[in-house]
Amino acid sequence: MAAFFNQRNVIALLVLFSVAFPFITQNEYFLHIMTLSFIWMIGVYGLNLLAGYTGYLSLAHAGFFAIGAYSLGLLTVKAQMNFWLAFVLACLITSVVGLFVGLIALRTKEHFFAIYTLCVGYIIYLVIDKWESLTEGVRGLIGIPAPSNIGPIAFDNALSIYYLVLTILLLVILVVYRIVHSLNGRTYLAIRNSEDLAQTIGISTMKNKLTVFVLSTFFAGLAGALYASFVRFIGPDIGSTAITFDLLTYLLVGGIGTLSGPIVGTIIIVWVSQQLQFLQDYRMLIFGPVLTLLIIFYPRGIVGGVVDWRHKYQEKKNRKLSVNSLVKPEKQVKEG
Amino acid sequence: MFLETKNLTKQFGGLRAVNSVDFSIEEGKINAIIGPNGAGKSTFFNLISGFHRPTSGQVIFKGKDITTLPSNKIAELGVARTFQTTNLFEQSTVLDNVIVGHRLRTKSNLLDAILRTKRLKAEEKQCKDKAIEVLDFVGLTHVAHKQAAGISQEEKKRVAFALALATDPEIVFLDEPAAGVNPDETEGLAVLMQKMAEKGITVCLIEHKMSMIMKLADKIMVLNYGEKIAEGTPEQIKNNEAVIKAYLGGSAIA
Repeated sequence: MAAFFNQRNVIALLVLFSVAFPFITQNEYFLHIMTLSFIWMIGVYGLNLLAGYTGYLSLAHAGFFAIGAYSLGLLTVKAQMNFWLAFVLACLITSVVGLFVGLIALRTKEHFFAIYTLCVGYIIYLVIDKWESLTEGVRGLIGIPAPSNIGPIAFDNALSIYYLVLTILLLVILVVYRIVHSLNGRTYLAIRNSEDLAQTIGISTMKNKLTVFVLSTFFAGLAGALYASFVRFIGPDIGSTAITFDLLTYLLVGGIGTLSGPIVGTIIIVWVSQQLQFLQDYRMLIFGPVLTLLIIFYPRGIVGGVVDWRHKYQEKKNRKLSVNSLVKPEKQVKEG
Repeated sequence: MFLETKNLTKQFGGLRAVNSVDFSIEEGKINAIIGPNGAGKSTFFNLISGFHRPTSGQVIFKGKDITTLPSNKIAELGVARTFQTTNLFEQSTVLDNVIVGHRLRTKSNLLDAILRTKRLKAEEKQCKDKAIEVLDFVGLTHVAHKQAAGISQEEKKRVAFALALATDPEIVFLDEPAAGVNPDETEGLAVLMQKMAEKGITVCLIEHKMSMIMKLADKIMVLNYGEKIAEGTPEQIKNNEAVIKAYLGGSAIA
């Protein structure tokens, strides 16, 4: 329970901070970075639901992110569709592709699943890169419109888009929170824990895994669509494996299988990267070893580490309590 | 017949792990399967619970052919099982581990979870109540809120029982329930199995601890090299020439 409240508090604080953030800093650039971080977080939440809760590490998520982004881009730029209709369709298209990929990919497990999805992600990237007549290839897609007005609300400046992305992120977190803290969440954990055991207690593992996979790609597509409408320009690079591993790094640093891990990881990595920009690509010389150490000592990331630490602290406290009151009478009972 | 196998055979490449075994399990009784290591006992369990598909033969549960059903469907019909080692989710509590055991009797889906519907809340309570009930039944109420990582081997065995019982089974298959626990604890687990049988749950177990089996079982089947070599009451098995030969090699004086 302590851990639960801890996570809840962290989230409440972060919400307050993120709402107040534009007023704390008047810097447009910071606002831009923050909006981008929120978009990544949505993708990371998708990855987390799959990799963290059912234990299936997908390395195709940049591909799904790109499918979401390109769907929105193509539907608005080439098909001249209404923005919000295109937005919804982009998420649905990604999910449908996810459904078909999932049907095949989920027949594999563990490393094989990771390798298979890595290939799927790369194929998606290649298709986007080479299919010039549709996607414009390396030239990229330009002139993607910003979100159109919802009633009186216009999204014509950085601040309004910031709040739009934040709202969607909060909705995503709410949905993930509810799923994770429900019977469904328990079901997914049971699958992660032991698929054989889950199947034995009557859980249809394929159905559950497929549901999570589709939902996870939906979030990736949602993040992609938001990215496209925020940056207004997309190139095939957004589907590259480098992006997948960025998402994975955010998740691992924050804490895989934890609720606030995606937020913590993304914020930390994005801001640290910004601060270390003067090092250019040599940044990786710092990131690499730190990430390795983190995975060795804190396999469940920063959030997981804090939760474990609190558990230990709690147990120590309990033990002290029981030494004073409980142990003695228990001994007497056994002897008697 | 409650649950029976007809000519059940499983071939792994050139190895016949289970060779045309006919076995019937009596309702409400404690049935045991014994045999030397590698006799095909666990494979036999895996065939019944749907983990392996038999090469030939049938499994019939309450008159219904369940031979080709996937294991989760078999569980829904009321056939539960435990494994030799139960992988508990070590970071959560014992209670949390058991709650999911009743999931198969609930219907709420993803949409229920996202919208927090009444059905979900009701079913969550139902699962929790069930978990509390079965933990009480196996005598683990006192560790319900402990982390699964911090409980003893014997308690883990009991959690495995609880998880199987949470599925509301009519029959429970226990794969070496008393492996790796001391004689006192073995006694306790035997009492628990009797309690299950008294409650009307049919028990079928694989076990190596002979003294326990002889006291506990109503009916015993002996497997050797995948074949059934004997079947009967503990008395009959004890004096069976073929069984003694299988265990001790050659002819021996009992």
